[in-house]
Amino acid sequence: MTTLTDAPKVTFRLSMLIYDTRYRSMTIQVVALMGFMLLAAWLINNTLTNLATLGKPIDFGFFTDPAGYDINQRLLDYNSRDTHLRASLLGLLNTLVVAVLGCITATIIGVLVGVLRLSNNWLIARIMTVYVEMFRNVPVLLWIVLAMAIMIESLPAPKAFRGDNATASMDLFDSVAVTNRGVYLPEALFSRGLGNVHVFGDSSLRFDVSRDLMAILIVLGASIFAIRWNNRRAHEIQDATGERPTTWHFTFGLLVVPTGVLLALLGFHFGYPELGGYNFKGGTHLRNSLIALWLALSLYTAAFIAEIVRGGILAISQGQSEAAGALGLRQNRIMGLVVLPQALRVIIPPLISNYLNLTKNSSLAIAVGYMDITGTLGGITMNQTGRELECILLLMLVYLTISLSISGVMNWYNNKVKLVER
Amino acid sequence: MKKSVILGALTVAGLAAGAANAATVDDITARGKLNCGVSTGLVGFAAPDAAGIWDGFDVAVCRAVAAAVLGDPMAVEFVPTTGKTRFTALASGEVDMLARNTTWTFSRDVDLKFTFIGVNYYDGQGFMVPKDLGISSATELDGATVCIQTGTTTELNLADFFRSNNISYEPVPIETNAEAQQQYLAGACDVYTTDASGLAATRATFEAPGDHVLLPEIISKEPLGPLVRHGDDAWGDIVRWTLNALITAEELGVTSANVAEMASAAGNNPEINRLLGTEGNLGEMLGLNSDWAVGVISTSGNYGEIFEKNIGEATPIGLARGLNAQWTDGGLIYSPPFR
Repeated sequence: MTTLTDAPKVTFRLSMLIYDTRYRSMTIQVVALMGFMLLAAWLINNTLTNLATLGKPIDFGFFTDPAGYDINQRLLDYNSRDTHLRASLLGLLNTLVVAVLGCITATIIGVLVGVLRLSNNWLIARIMTVYVEMFRNVPVLLWIVLAMAIMIESLPAPKAFRGDNATASMDLFDSVAVTNRGVYLPEALFSRGLGNVHVFGDSSLRFDVSRDLMAILIVLGASIFAIRWNNRRAHEIQDATGERPTTWHFTFGLLVVPTGVLLALLGFHFGYPELGGYNFKGGTHLRNSLIALWLALSLYTAAFIAEIVRGGILAISQGQSEAAGALGLRQNRIMGLVVLPQALRVIIPPLISNYLNLTKNSSLAIAVGYMDITGTLGGITMNQTGRELECILLLMLVYLTISLSISGVMNWYNNKVKLVER
Repeated sequence: MKKSVILGALTVAGLAAGAANAATVDDITARGKLNCGVSTGLVGFAAPDAAGIWDGFDVAVCRAVAAAVLGDPMAVEFVPTTGKTRFTALASGEVDMLARNTTWTFSRDVDLKFTFIGVNYYDGQGFMVPKDLGISSATELDGATVCIQTGTTTELNLADFFRSNNISYEPVPIETNAEAQQQYLAGACDVYTTDASGLAATRATFEAPGDHVLLPEIISKEPLGPLVRHGDDAWGDIVRWTLNALITAEELGVTSANVAEMASAAGNNPEINRLLGTEGNLGEMLGLNSDWAVGVISTSGNYGEIFEKNIGEATPIGLARGLNAQWTDGGLIYSPPFR
């Protein structure tokens, strides 16, 4: 009797790539990958060849040319002689402003509506249902255009404020003007201000940092640090003696006095908008395009967030609220202390995609003439320079970067609140 | 070796795709339709009428070209384009030509790779304000809110004008003429600026046109004309000489009423004979029929007839010929000879 101790040595043959199940899947994957790469190469090659035939090879040199156009909402100083790069930067900032404002408002409205939809009050729950269904089932572009049309058609023009028999007047003790060109708010001014620090000289990326703002932030930061130190000390005393010293007057004083003194030193006062010439002058001008876009995007996205919040709350078992109720907690405390913190784990991941949606939807800004990055880089710059491919590729890159940053931050937060398993 | 063959094949494929847009006339003949880019609706220049049929000064150029190439002025597919989308539409081949009050500038011609085949309207940028604003000059517009169509030369002219006069303004960029009109009428902007012809056309559609005035300043030169892509000169020639045929017809007194009669037999004026194909072979040189210009002129008349019918003084738009009179009448409209 013979026993086989070793498996026969198999030499690798080329045909095994197809017939041997150990290698077949790998072969298929390699072939598919090569096919995909060939397709991509063909597309890129085709594009480059055709661009060369048109006499428009890829070239980003236009970025250093003067833009030649003006932008109404400027967060940095800008004039029409600045470069296309700076115009794009201003557009990017405008995009970020409306995205950040929109995300904050959408979250607040969304959470409120989501909680209220579960309310035992029949009327409130139904109204919230109507709101959610109305907003999320109509395209956001229509909401944006509608918000703009309402602002333009229903609010008074600045000339209605003029003259002895004016048909419109300013609100809140003559400090706020609501017109169809936007809302004018009082602005913070410093009569003994410290001026600005100029960063990056005369380049396209230059910006100013207000010394006043930095001083206020530093003092506020120091105050908060001192308050926390005092609270820690109170904890230690409480642990040692069982009696907690009162800290509220210290907290309140530290928060108000140093900042107040600094503001007085800097000569803080409000600048109120005043009707002069064709428009209101002075104050901060929130343009109608920003308000319309912000409002429409927030209300639209809030409808989705409300559903996510409702789903998150419903995912927490009823026993949790009942247990909290048995401990004697009131209804709103149960929601705030027990249900919502647990629901956050379910809520955050889909919330991220809604933030991303809002940011991307902000590219509809041109419908109301808001000069975001799509309006500057992907609009006027593209049109004046004729560099469609370059501009669109850059635009995609910018939105990709913004979206990935939002995802990154939100994922970090998600990791912080998720259930820690030991 | 194998790799270079594949790459070579790819390059050939790419070149073939690039060469595909070289013979525009063949594409149009095969399609049986001319794709013509026009504005999204500017009364008098390009707008659909009550029956949905496009009509206007720019539209007439498209129809004339269709008559020349296909023998049928109605064989036109009108593609509405905004100031922003028009160049992409033309460069990508979505439209064969653009007849959309587009200003001929150096960079559009040279850098954007378009061929402007002539000028069919000499225009300039103007300002329209409500009468009750009580101003008489654009230099009084310091601090005003200005509505402007985005993606146009007017945007750059406006920035230059206010900058050189050292006065400030607030631009409100807007996509289409209709939106600009809405904002202007609601008082969301004090001023509307675009080409003076466009302002006149827009004002004509207002309920009370008399409440709005055009300021005297014309702050730019805006020679408006049809354009085609670089790279197909034969096609460019057809469009260019179609426009020139319309202009020459007016100069020589050939109208839609008498063109059939004049074309029936050679007359005394050799240039009319050459234009209408009763003498010489100018049509064949373009690759068209010898009587191509007869179809062009009988479509909607000569240049003067088109002007008077769509935007002339008898229409609500009421534009005077001004710079757009024939050179023989002291204007700038001038066609090279048909010879």
